[in-house]
Amino acid sequence: MRSRPDRGTRLESVLTIDQATYDAIVAHAKRDHPDEACGIVAGPEGSDRAERFVEMVNAAGSPTFYEFDSTDLLQLYKEMDARDEEPVVVYHSHTATEAYPSRTDIGLASEPNAHYVLVSTREHGNNPGPVEFRSYRIVEGEVAEEEVTVVPTLS
Amino acid sequence: MAIEVKIPTILRTYTGGEKAVPAEGTTLSALIDDLESNHAGIKDRLIDNGDLRRFVNVYVNDEDVRFIGGLEAELKDGDAVVILPAVAGGAN
Repeated sequence: MRSRPDRGTRLESVLTIDQATYDAIVAHAKRDHPDEACGIVAGPEGSDRAERFVEMVNAAGSPTFYEFDSTDLLQLYKEMDARDEEPVVVYHSHTATEAYPSRTDIGLASEPNAHYVLVSTREHGNNPGPVEFRSYRIVEGEVAEEEVTVVPTLS
Repeated sequence: MAIEVKIPTILRTYTGGEKAVPAEGTTLSALIDDLESNHAGIKDRLIDNGDLRRFVNVYVNDEDVRFIGGLEAELKDGDAVVILPAVAGGAN
């Protein structure tokens, strides 16, 4: 059973992600820099397994905002519904600030079961080099950072 | 007249965990009032100042209601309504 983040505590839960998915998220963030990149990783409902990487278009096309296109959003959720999946990871990038949820991110977070992954490309932009890659639970306005464990493949 | 309304995870606290609930109404506005009568509190999560909240998407038969009249969008028996919160955010 998944541990639930408590108010004011950190690093209680963990995001386990495979190397290929991690790399895909980072590559997407770098490619779209200086605009914010966004997407999800879907997995079987209740499994907490981030299995299916889905890159989304940032309909806002902005360096400071992201939003899934409303038609794409419906298609995505219908597809997940048909596959009995849920968004296990919701990711987006910050391109000039740290990989920490902004007030907007917190206010709009609406998937209480998801790991919210933030990638910051502020240091190297479109170029090779490390990025900040951090994960959070955001439930009812409360943010709890969690550990990220990158594995070769999900066991 | 029954219309199936799909409820997103975050609003299932209002529907006793149900993923979809039946509701009635000839417009989206009326449908939301009917939802409210059975699931008190849900209306406020959908509507702000008399309009659909900016970061709530509602679809009727796969069409975003913003393109078909918003709260005045017409409904009929057998329509499928889906509510989805926007997936959005950003550094600002």
